[in-house]
Amino acid sequence: MKASRDLLLVLAALLALLALSAASTLLPPAPWKTAAGLAIAMMKLAVIALYFMRLREHRGLTRVFAAAGLFWLGLLAVLVLSDYLTRGRLH
Amino acid sequence: MTSSSASATSSAREAEQSVTNRLGLWVFLATEVLFFGGMFVAYVIYRHTYPEAFRAGARLMEFGLGTTNTAVLLVSSFFMALGDRAARAGDRRQLRRCLLCVATLGVVFLGIKAVEYHSKFADHLVPGPDFSGTRGPLEIFMTLYFAMTGLHALHMLFGLGAISWLLWRNAGGRPVPVEPVAMVGLYWHFVDCVWIFLYPLFYLPGR
Repeated sequence: MKASRDLLLVLAALLALLALSAASTLLPPAPWKTAAGLAIAMMKLAVIALYFMRLREHRGLTRVFAAAGLFWLGLLAVLVLSDYLTRGRLH
Repeated sequence: MTSSSASATSSAREAEQSVTNRLGLWVFLATEVLFFGGMFVAYVIYRHTYPEAFRAGARLMEFGLGTTNTAVLLVSSFFMALGDRAARAGDRRQLRRCLLCVATLGVVFLGIKAVEYHSKFADHLVPGPDFSGTRGPLEIFMTLYFAMTGLHALHMLFGLGAISWLLWRNAGGRPVPVEPVAMVGLYWHFVDCVWIFLYPLFYLPGR
């Protein structure tokens, strides 16, 4: 079990981030809370990708392939939302 | 060719195969990101258009069950990573234990999801002729909820099938399935990551 201490630490970090996200509901509703929830989700994604999906060890081309999905998603989101989120403001 | 150079060639080939497998699986995951991505973008558009309905919809969700399920998936990912490490160390028994934990947690997740779905059906909150809530934007929220969590649950089912296959492959006689465990592991972690984003979008707004 000693050899898996690093993975246990990663799990503890992930559960702490989840607790932080859940605890945000104790505060009164506010617009910034969605952004905070998504920021915490991004952190969890980074931790899982680096340690569980082993991108920390697999550098170079593997990381390029992993980033490609997020890049295309970013392109999709930016191009679609630049239309929808600006409608009615251009007149 | 001497036997040592033959084994060096074969291990080089295995390493190359492993890189190819990994890159191939990441390409598959990129297509999956876009598969779910379209729905996430739809969510952003509708939430921007109907912010109040989305807050009201999220308040209908069982926050405790959603949070528990997120924890269940995070722990399942931990056991998957532990299993991957056991496979690489050739530890068949530890791999089996880890895979059984992953499968059990996967079933627990789907069980909790089924309880949530059942209460939505019982309360007539499923979009359609029997919808009991305010018609219109709230129905859009519930449609997105069922479509996105349903597609995620379908991925969980495929994942559980793959875990069962690994347990069968690992059951004696043949070499420890190192590469298949690594590939299924990447897929399982990806499905976990999708839920990590569904959680703040469907359970946290309006709280």
